[in-house]
Amino acid sequence: MYVAVKGGEAAIANAHRLLASRRRGDASVPALTLEQIAGQLALGVDRVMGEGSLYDPELAALAIKQSRGDLIEAVFLLRAYRTTLPRFGYSEPVDTGAMVIERRVSAVFKDLPGGQLLGPTFDYTHRLLDPELAGDHPVAEPVRGEAPSEKALRVSDILAGDGLIEENLPSEEDSDVADITRTALEFPLGRDARLQALARGDEGFLLALGYSTQRGYARSHPFAGEIRIGEVAVEMVLPELGFAVCIGRVRLTECQMVNQFKGSAKVPPQFTTGYGLVFGQAERKAMAMALCDRALRAAELGEDITAPAQDEEFVISHSDNVQATGFVEHLKLPHYVDFQAELDLVRRMRAEHAAAQATGRQDIATDASREAAE
Amino acid sequence: MVHAAYEGGFANSVLGSQGLFRTLMDAMARPGTVHPVTTLASPPAGLNSTAGAILLSLCDADTSVWLTPDLARNSEVREWLGFHAGAPVTGDKAAADFAVIADPCRLLDLGAFALGTQEYPDRSTTLIIAVEALTGGDLMELEGPGIDGRIGIAPKPLPPGFTAQWAANRARFPRGIDLIFAAPDAIACMPRSSRIINQPGV
Amino acid sequence: MQQPSSELHGPGHPEALSPAARMRQRRLSVLAQAPLPRMAALWRKTGLDPDIEILRGPENGLVALRGRIGGTGQPFQVGEASATRVTVRIIGGAVGHAMITGRDNARAQLAATLDALAEDPALTDRIEQEVIAPLEAEAAARDAALGAEVAATRVNFFTLVRGDD
Repeated sequence: MYVAVKGGEAAIANAHRLLASRRRGDASVPALTLEQIAGQLALGVDRVMGEGSLYDPELAALAIKQSRGDLIEAVFLLRAYRTTLPRFGYSEPVDTGAMVIERRVSAVFKDLPGGQLLGPTFDYTHRLLDPELAGDHPVAEPVRGEAPSEKALRVSDILAGDGLIEENLPSEEDSDVADITRTALEFPLGRDARLQALARGDEGFLLALGYSTQRGYARSHPFAGEIRIGEVAVEMVLPELGFAVCIGRVRLTECQMVNQFKGSAKVPPQFTTGYGLVFGQAERKAMAMALCDRALRAAELGEDITAPAQDEEFVISHSDNVQATGFVEHLKLPHYVDFQAELDLVRRMRAEHAAAQATGRQDIATDASREAAE
Repeated sequence: MVHAAYEGGFANSVLGSQGLFRTLMDAMARPGTVHPVTTLASPPAGLNSTAGAILLSLCDADTSVWLTPDLARNSEVREWLGFHAGAPVTGDKAAADFAVIADPCRLLDLGAFALGTQEYPDRSTTLIIAVEALTGGDLMELEGPGIDGRIGIAPKPLPPGFTAQWAANRARFPRGIDLIFAAPDAIACMPRSSRIINQPGV
Repeated sequence: MQQPSSELHGPGHPEALSPAARMRQRRLSVLAQAPLPRMAALWRKTGLDPDIEILRGPENGLVALRGRIGGTGQPFQVGEASATRVTVRIIGGAVGHAMITGRDNARAQLAATLDALAEDPALTDRIEQEVIAPLEAEAAARDAALGAEVAATRVNFFTLVRGDD
């Protein structure tokens, strides 16, 4: 039963005004600009774009400012915004092989065409807080080297030549691509729908699940075959022209996990892969996504499903942090009537319990306790 | 691309599409009632103005449209639809979200369109039949949800054998197609829940 | 969900296109990636300022971005990107289109105007030489500068030999 309770309007309006004031903070400190957020908190912006499933650094920066840095709230704002826009159409699948690379590393081959390019990484830093960053010290220009002439081949392409790794080939018909934003989830999902859900999934949740596979819950012997970060061209067929044009570029992080596979009756032993592709510079998320993708392929590869990371319904249904926050946070909204009913029930049970104690009989179930069990 | 494709969209795309959407919603909620419409769009020859405006209101890049063969061969119509709505044209009736029947004098197999599934009956085709008028044809008497008692409607022309086709469509409930009659000056709807209770033309 | 029908041309196969279509494809791609200040500066230098009518937009919307499983396999949806489109017509002249990522209406409209100008056979070469080619060269220079910065972070392995033989 729902009962309308009025009287909160003034409190809500004043709370929002207080929020605006707290968000601005000390007025003697300059307000943050969106350029500052997008430029200097770029990885936070990337995370909001990825989990918000909308590539637009300026809007993500605005969402972070509006949410006072609460990134899940910012993701929520971005998701709400995207529902107000018409969808013009679909891009051609981006070609990550033609990426303008900003970072590219492989943990399986030391010397590979295109080289190991560390790029702007936190790796090999000492994780010591840098007091200089508290101020605005001048920063040295990046060193410039000589760009390699050879193309950065994908590691999977190098291994594929010997049949040592499964090949990912497009089927003849590209037209039927799952879209979880248009069609309700129906389990079991195709790998396309799963990857779409994982790409917008919560980084913390996927990270924990990926970690669980490493600790032995669905162990898959993963190697980071290749991680690449950089910009790719987005191409789209314009109906009025009838051919594809590049409409801009987006920065993406791609991870190919290479996993051992002992083979089956049909397939000889070979390496299998898990795949991660995420908006922006988001290496941890892309790696976690690739681990989860591989774990969720258990049924397809004929492996026993024994661990949470392999359970598609469990992983995909709980990976969306906007959905999760909606259900968890709704608990703080008024449940006065629900709770009155519970209170009444507990009182009756206690009365029956006391009566039973008094008569020394506890073996028969009472009406109230049966009701509670339901 | 010919210049004709750029002309003839809604003068105001937001107000035009929202106004017509409201009319369609009312017409679908009250099957058989006739709702006058003004000329909102001027599609290329072959597609009547009301059917064209309905497509612009309801279709976008996510909805595929099946067109009767004469229309499908008409590149002006395809380009007009592509430019103003972004809707892809499909040759597969069973994959169409919307279908336009521009020549209702021909035989029509309603069962060949997408009929939805028991779990998702909404995944069916909505048929837009371009007619000359909503009066003057054989009178159909309808009963069903949204109709107070019964209501008569007489679109002209109707596809031959329509009554039997509609009975078969009704028998598939909750699956089945929904239908919009688009005359140049008015629309009327027949959702799958409506029954024809007389023998029109007999 | 259907893909726009593309049996006529086959997107991504530029060899299937006419030379004029290939040129337009390249032009629109360069304009889509060009920063507004540079595009505007080069346009002003041409002295061309036609009267235009807007046939559609500027409209903000979304483009669903697709990737491929494993980089090369079946397509899947990665997410969406904001996009802006405009179609303009030069009064008494050609029609120009722009579809660009982001929400910069002014940039989209200028790109569409430049496309329309270049559709006039008398101006095609001028727009190409005075706007498109310089923008393309600047984009290549930006990429080269980025490539050089990244190249400096390349690991040059050397092997330490231990033992006698």
